[in-house]
Amino acid sequence: MLVYFIRRLGQAALVLVVMALLVFVGIYAIGNPVDVLISPEADLAEQQATIERLGLDKPLWEQLWLFLVNALGGDLGRSFVHGEPALQLILERLPATLELALVALVIAVTAGVFLGLWAGLKPDSLTGRSIMTGSILGFSLPNFWLGLMLILVFAVSLQWLPAGGRGDTVSLLGIRTSLFTLDGLSHLILPAVTLALYKTSLVIRLARAGTREVALQDYVKFARAKGLSSSRVIYVHVLKNIMIPVVTVIGLELGSMIAFAVVTETVFAWPGIGKLLIDSIVNLDRPVVVAYLMMTVFIFILINFAVDLLYSLLDPRVRLSEAKA
Amino acid sequence: MARVEVPLLRVEQLQTHFLTQAGVARAVDGVTFEVAPGEVLGLVGESGSGKSVTGFSILGLVDEPGRIVGGRVLFEGENLVAAGEARLRQLRGNRIAMIFQDPMMTLNPVLRIDTQMIEAVRAHRRVDRAEARRRARDALGRVGIPAPEERLSAYPHQFSGGMRQRVAIAIALLNEPRVIIADEPTTALDVTIQAQILYEMQKLCGETGTALIWITHDLAVVSGLADRVCVMYAGRIVESGPVDAVLDRPLHPYTAGLIGSVPSRNRRGARLAQIPGMTPSLFALPSGCAFRARCPNAGEDCAREAPPESVPEVGRTLRCYHPWQAERAS
Ligand SMILES: Nc1ncnc2c1ncn2[C@@H]1O[C@H](COP(=O)(O)OP(=O)(O)OP(=O)(O)O)[C@@H](O)[C@H]1O
Ligand SMILES: [Mg+2]
Repeated sequence: MLVYFIRRLGQAALVLVVMALLVFVGIYAIGNPVDVLISPEADLAEQQATIERLGLDKPLWEQLWLFLVNALGGDLGRSFVHGEPALQLILERLPATLELALVALVIAVTAGVFLGLWAGLKPDSLTGRSIMTGSILGFSLPNFWLGLMLILVFAVSLQWLPAGGRGDTVSLLGIRTSLFTLDGLSHLILPAVTLALYKTSLVIRLARAGTREVALQDYVKFARAKGLSSSRVIYVHVLKNIMIPVVTVIGLELGSMIAFAVVTETVFAWPGIGKLLIDSIVNLDRPVVVAYLMMTVFIFILINFAVDLLYSLLDPRVRLSEAKA
Repeated sequence: MARVEVPLLRVEQLQTHFLTQAGVARAVDGVTFEVAPGEVLGLVGESGSGKSVTGFSILGLVDEPGRIVGGRVLFEGENLVAAGEARLRQLRGNRIAMIFQDPMMTLNPVLRIDTQMIEAVRAHRRVDRAEARRRARDALGRVGIPAPEERLSAYPHQFSGGMRQRVAIAIALLNEPRVIIADEPTTALDVTIQAQILYEMQKLCGETGTALIWITHDLAVVSGLADRVCVMYAGRIVESGPVDAVLDRPLHPYTAGLIGSVPSRNRRGARLAQIPGMTPSLFALPSGCAFRARCPNAGEDCAREAPPESVPEVGRTLRCYHPWQAERAS
């Protein structure tokens, strides 16, 4: 177990460093932030001053070196645009995105597993077929379009839910969250459903395929031969087996859900990191983009780790010391 | 072994068919037999003859696209074919238990042994978890699993195939059923363990009056264990009777062929006989007697109509126009 942790940590550090290098050089190659940041009217002296202040006069390798040294101390640089520390900018907006992604995840897993189980147990029934048709729809509807339609129906026509923004938040352990106010939740529903739809379809397919396979296994028949109720057979014997692939895939997908909630956040004016990223790329605000990507990599690593742990809980045949990272 | 006249379980003209795209597979086609309390019945036949399907039919556990299309299963006089799912669930694992063919597949890989045993007790008895666990431990001990208390918290993959089959047997014993259907439970085990399990099962059934239906393709196992034997071929019971009578004086050419293909000490050196040909596909059974294409005795009449069941001796049944002994004598 300890060996596993140490190996995992080493890998994580390596990935972070490589990622930082790639992004740093990549953004450097895209364009000169000075062109975007400094107003054309500014005179040469002013321009020079700004360039020096941002450290852009130094050669690339020196900028990179400085960045890495500072990063070791937890300083990922200041935003060129906002002048604030890049990490702080991101951490301010991260809770909103995490909250959105987590709620979407819960919706995707519960709805997906339940519907997938149903469709897998009764593949030829009308309900089973409808669920599968629905999941194809869920795969193919574009995110922004679905968001707009939901706004149109629930916010504009019916006026049941707000069209955008985050609503009231309360502070919990220093993190602002809208999960515990009615207003906050009502703002959360539409974007969360929008973000969840694709993943729900994915989970439905996985759960259905898993259920169809597991339902034919001897141990399910044996469970029935023991006289267990069908709900016990389904919700213990079948469910626990189909959760293994579901957890794997959802773990991978949660990362992408956090990193690429951009579209949904834009449609619903959700103040998360997606919006910040788009703005920073447009402004070539390198410190923010680098910090954002490093944060994303960090979250991916955390999720992968959590998935490994869950995996070993679900499947006794997997032991962490043997798990391939 | 005590014999009581009332049949505990009686299967009557049972027909279980699989309605597949390729046609109807008559996996079980008019099977009749009965078992008394404490009796051991051997159900013998080649692979694909319908032995497992017969067992599943008794419990109402036939997989799609299979269906029981005819006949009755009378358990203590109650027809299970007509019984509802709720009633069947009460009986399964409680009054009638089944041990499956493949020990590697019968235990759920992601649940601990104690979970899988405790749920089996609590599905039928109002006992608390501690009591159910105690019963589970006792059952493991009875089938000869060392250190049962520790093994309870293990997962199936931590057991060998033989140990898993013992666990499956222990699960079948948990609720002291009246009938145990054991589907080739020792085929996957090595010979010493096989003998040990056979002995223990026989003893347990003798003690508790549990009837045992022992499904196998191994005549040697049947001869040492069973009181009576039913020989199955292509979904039908072609011959049945007391085990000694059937094995000493087989009447059906198929039974004779099976016996001839078992190695034995007093025929050492002689070539093992083989039944020529292969088990026919259930979709393309020949007209008349299903065995006639492989039968040394077959005559023209065998093609016309399947032989009806006859009673050549008291306590024996036969489906054959040209029985083995009679042919040899003439
Ligand atoms: N799920 C199914 N779908 C279609 N046909 C089936 C199915 N299950 C069983 N059958 C048919 O029933 C026949 C009998 O199967 P069964 O499993 O009872 O054989 P068996 O006597 O137990 O053989 P073995 O010794 O190999 O276990 C098979 O030949 C097959 O054609
Ligand atoms: Mg079988």
